[in-house]
Amino acid sequence: MTDTRAADPSPAGGVDVFGFIARFAPTLFLIVLMALFAVIEPRFLSEINLFNVMRQVSITGLLAVGMTFVILTAGIDLSVGSLLAFAGLVAAAVEKGGLENRFTVGEGGVGYGWGAAALAAIAVGIAGGYLQGLAITRLKVPPFVVTLGGMSAFRGAALLFAAGGPISGFQPSFTWWGQGKIGPVPIPVIIFLAAAALAHITLRYTRYGRQVYAVGGNPEAARLSGLNVNRVIASVYVIMGFFAGLGAFVLAARLNSAEAVAGTGYELTVIASVVIGGTSLFGGSGTIFGTVIGSILIGVLLNGLVLMNVSSYIQQIVIGVIIVLAVAFDTFAKSRRRKV
Amino acid sequence: MANAPAALSSVSADSDGPILKMTGITKRFPGVRALENAHLEIGAHEIHALLGENGAGKSTLLKILSGAHAADAGTIELFGEPVSFASPHDAQRAGIVTIYQEFTLAPDMTIAENVFIGREPGSRLFVSWRRLAEDTRAITDKIGLKRDPMTQVRDLSVAEQQLVEIARALSMRSKLIVMDEPTSALSEAEVANLARIIRTLKAEGLSIIFVTHRLEEVFRLCDRYTVLRDGHYVGSGAVADTNVDAIIRMMVGRDVGALYGERPIPKPGPVALEVEGLTRRRTAQDPHAIELVDVSLTVHRGEILGLAGLVGAGRTETARAIFGADAFDEGVIRIDGSPVKFSGPRDAMTHGIGLVPEDRKKQALFLSLAIRTNMSIASQEQISRGWFIDEGRELKLVEEFRRLLSIRMASPDQLAGLLSGGNQQKVVLARWLSLRPKILIVDEPTRGIDVGSKVEVHNLLIEMAKSGIAVIVISSELPEILAVSDRIVTMREGRVTGEIARNDATQEILMSMMTFHDGATQGRARAS
Repeated sequence: MTDTRAADPSPAGGVDVFGFIARFAPTLFLIVLMALFAVIEPRFLSEINLFNVMRQVSITGLLAVGMTFVILTAGIDLSVGSLLAFAGLVAAAVEKGGLENRFTVGEGGVGYGWGAAALAAIAVGIAGGYLQGLAITRLKVPPFVVTLGGMSAFRGAALLFAAGGPISGFQPSFTWWGQGKIGPVPIPVIIFLAAAALAHITLRYTRYGRQVYAVGGNPEAARLSGLNVNRVIASVYVIMGFFAGLGAFVLAARLNSAEAVAGTGYELTVIASVVIGGTSLFGGSGTIFGTVIGSILIGVLLNGLVLMNVSSYIQQIVIGVIIVLAVAFDTFAKSRRRKV
Repeated sequence: MANAPAALSSVSADSDGPILKMTGITKRFPGVRALENAHLEIGAHEIHALLGENGAGKSTLLKILSGAHAADAGTIELFGEPVSFASPHDAQRAGIVTIYQEFTLAPDMTIAENVFIGREPGSRLFVSWRRLAEDTRAITDKIGLKRDPMTQVRDLSVAEQQLVEIARALSMRSKLIVMDEPTSALSEAEVANLARIIRTLKAEGLSIIFVTHRLEEVFRLCDRYTVLRDGHYVGSGAVADTNVDAIIRMMVGRDVGALYGERPIPKPGPVALEVEGLTRRRTAQDPHAIELVDVSLTVHRGEILGLAGLVGAGRTETARAIFGADAFDEGVIRIDGSPVKFSGPRDAMTHGIGLVPEDRKKQALFLSLAIRTNMSIASQEQISRGWFIDEGRELKLVEEFRRLLSIRMASPDQLAGLLSGGNQQKVVLARWLSLRPKILIVDEPTRGIDVGSKVEVHNLLIEMAKSGIAVIVISSELPEILAVSDRIVTMREGRVTGEIARNDATQEILMSMMTFHDGATQGRARAS
């Protein structure tokens, strides 16, 4: 037979229990976890706490939305945290009209306003992503290596740009984007969910979305089907860069400060969110919905551990273990339902 | 079933009874019965062909035999003793080794390490490299693998890698070797060599289960056969007592009759594609690449041109060069008389050329994506409004081709990886047909798909040509070339060695055109 698995059945008529579990495992796990925390610590379910979790999730969630595109093409981007720090500093400098008034608290300095600042952050993000995309497609260096280099280079650029110190004290029109609310809903949460919805539509309903899945599923077949594989691959790093820039803007607004060490270790949380959400590291399969669930899951887990007074060191250990378990479970579930 | 592989070495291997007897094997997967009361009996010193279409249950049966699956019901007897294998390791210890189509070798390790992986000779801590090499040499010499045991497996040809797999099986002192389509990736010469080795193994007392889609190999090599269909045992017997038609009848459950009826050669239409002096040289980066030397051919509208040659003759390379998938150094390609230059497949597609590549799973399908995506990925423009896919149009397209090509699928959202080989190939054909190509190149259209589907695919190709498409069919199977082509061009070592009309061609003539090349005299013998 063409394949050693060929005679196994197709799922057409049968109940694909493992497929079902694999698909909704993150959601089920999230519900179980929330129920557990609600029982142990009643404060967990308070409206304030839940919105607090969502606000904390929103920055890494934004990055995870971009990372989903990258991982769908079987790529990886380790540079997100560094790029975010660099873009945030540029946005801060634009908002303040230069680096002179960096320590002036309040409305000091004559800046260019939040709009120019946001555009600057996004422009830096896109440029950084495009550079990496070029290196991956033109120089044929694996994404892991390119973005590992980017991780170091962008962090260096951030430190160089800010001469090591933070830039803080923005106008309220700027900080509103990180601290404001519409009704009870924090603005970053709205931005995160809107971006997720847009990304979902892009991946699910557009030609471009199909191309991302196709290139991730089988790059050679994609090329022989007339797709411009290099362009698609470069584009996902540009999208990732866009979200890094947007995330940088929102984070600077929330903290009323930008600094060169911002976003350290974000790559771990972000990649974990995507993977826990069920997107395959081998490319070609995954959803934005899963990524949103994965992001919230990590946020809920950390929040619950904080409420239970678990040390932040232990939290890191828990996250690490969860990532490995999530991938292990995914592999297990797939092997049980694999019937090509 | 007792969970104790008998101490086989003590059992006489030349007793007259069957060495393996699988009885009443039943295996159900959710919603599907993969096997229902299947039997398999293998005698000592026997080469046994296990036959059936894709989905007939061969792989499931072999997986149960090799310990990869557990049967729901049934018994396995080995040398008269009931056995049960909880894992492939159990089966190997009992003397049953399965060699899959996709090899399980570690490419960066040496031949010797691969043969004795996990069982390296030496002390508890250290491997004795000298003994490892000697022991390996003893086995590889026997099966005619003339390579230093310390060669990296990466540097071996596919055929040689297969010999390493066989060597590994022999090193485990196996009594029964199961080979799943061992010949599908081999050239004719390599197949002949493998056949010789299998006969040697048989002479030494081993039995072999041989799965293949090439029936001529069954008659050349095998002693007995068993046919499965839809998970049921259909029959078995001595190969000497049957013939191809009878076996095909058993496999498909109906009379295929004359597989290919008489078909008049169509009057050729205008020239659609002209290739002149196509040349591709080796480069420093790719010193093993197959060269193309002055390849010229023409294809007319409404005609099927068969491109025959042994593996490595340059057929696939010619196709890829025409399609813009690989660059070439010299030569002109003309479409409808005007010269064209492609910078990639996309360009070729806009000029109406399509290519169904030779390796369905690696080069054509997106196994993890839905059938609808697989079908529409090349024709996105047709089914989109602006940036968005129009799902209504897409589903209409899928439905149109599902009917046209009678593709058996559960739904347009079913993953392509879950289809049988024949249906997968039809999905790939649909992808290209939806583009309404002027020229379609089909490389190995029926590799690894069952007899019934083969005929269907052949008829589709003939229908395409009838509708005015210029079709090039590349195939390593001469019966296939003879079945579908109107005109046949043969290649050898990157050169065109001859051209012949279908009615003048026989397998023997083609084989001689493909294998002997004495300049212009014989090769250019142009029959019309």
